[in-house]
Amino acid sequence: MTVHNAHPPGFAHQFEDMEQQREADSLGMWVFLLTEIMFFGGLFATYIVYRALYLPAFEIGSHQLEVRFGALNTAVLILSSLTMALAIHSAQVGKRKAQVVFLITTMILGAAFLAIKFTFEWHNDYVEHLVPGFGFVIRPEWGAAGQHVPMFFCFYFFMTGLHALHMIIGIGVLTVLTVMAHRGRFTPEYYAPLEVSGLYWHFVDIVWIFLFPLLYLIGGRYTGAGH
Amino acid sequence: MSEHIVSVKLYLGIFVALLCLTALTTGVAYIDLGAFNTVAALAIAVVKMLLVILFFMHVKYSGRLIQVFILAGALFLAILITLTLADELTRHWSPTPTGWNTLVPWLSRFF
Repeated sequence: MTVHNAHPPGFAHQFEDMEQQREADSLGMWVFLLTEIMFFGGLFATYIVYRALYLPAFEIGSHQLEVRFGALNTAVLILSSLTMALAIHSAQVGKRKAQVVFLITTMILGAAFLAIKFTFEWHNDYVEHLVPGFGFVIRPEWGAAGQHVPMFFCFYFFMTGLHALHMIIGIGVLTVLTVMAHRGRFTPEYYAPLEVSGLYWHFVDIVWIFLFPLLYLIGGRYTGAGH
Repeated sequence: MSEHIVSVKLYLGIFVALLCLTALTTGVAYIDLGAFNTVAALAIAVVKMLLVILFFMHVKYSGRLIQVFILAGALFLAILITLTLADELTRHWSPTPTGWNTLVPWLSRFF
């Protein structure tokens, strides 16, 4: 009788050892994230150009957003990144129950982010006629720059919308991971799905880290313009 | 390079640092620094990004291959933005054509 002790769970035959497999897993995910960087990068580059072209309108637009919700959401997302990292840590030290708890916490925080985004921000924007294409009203107090304010809101809804879509996909992935973790699929030797999903979750966090200052903060908050 | 387990204490430290930087960037936005407001906001965002990449995403402890790939991504993003701005910032050297939204009349009701 032969004993297959050289086969840890999750080990694929084409790799030399678990270490090589781990690096290949992460590298593959990073290649995907690089395409995501270029994907969001296109939007960021366009935002920079239009901000330079219509700076007064972009400052007025930025003033319509509520910094407290943006800052709160940043904190929520950073906390969710921490719990995601802790879920992976739990797998590394072989704590099954902690993995499930941290994954569920991460999902709840992700859902909280979306709830704040949609109910307090997007809904209010709609009520205040700030959604381009859905009864946008250019206010007289915005002056000559007012006609370009919808441009800012196009960027705002596209960028935060694309980010929210990534969050929703992330929550879906986390649901699968929670079931896998509950079934004890992850061991200190093999936890690649957790690790690469964590990379994705942190990437989405980084996108928000840039969206928050670009959309909410650098609109000349101190001048009182637009209000 | 073997697997490196980041301690819970370090994760918590990074988390607190990220929260402090969020408070800092929000606070700085309300102080008039002129053009430096944008620089400060982006500089803080870059620091936060580095903290997330290096520690939460374990890149500090990753192999060189992954690190080089990420730098390549940063390089291509820099090319994307630089070449776009090289076009945009030199536009006024020649007469500007008509805006695209006036060329397509039915689109103008959205903008």
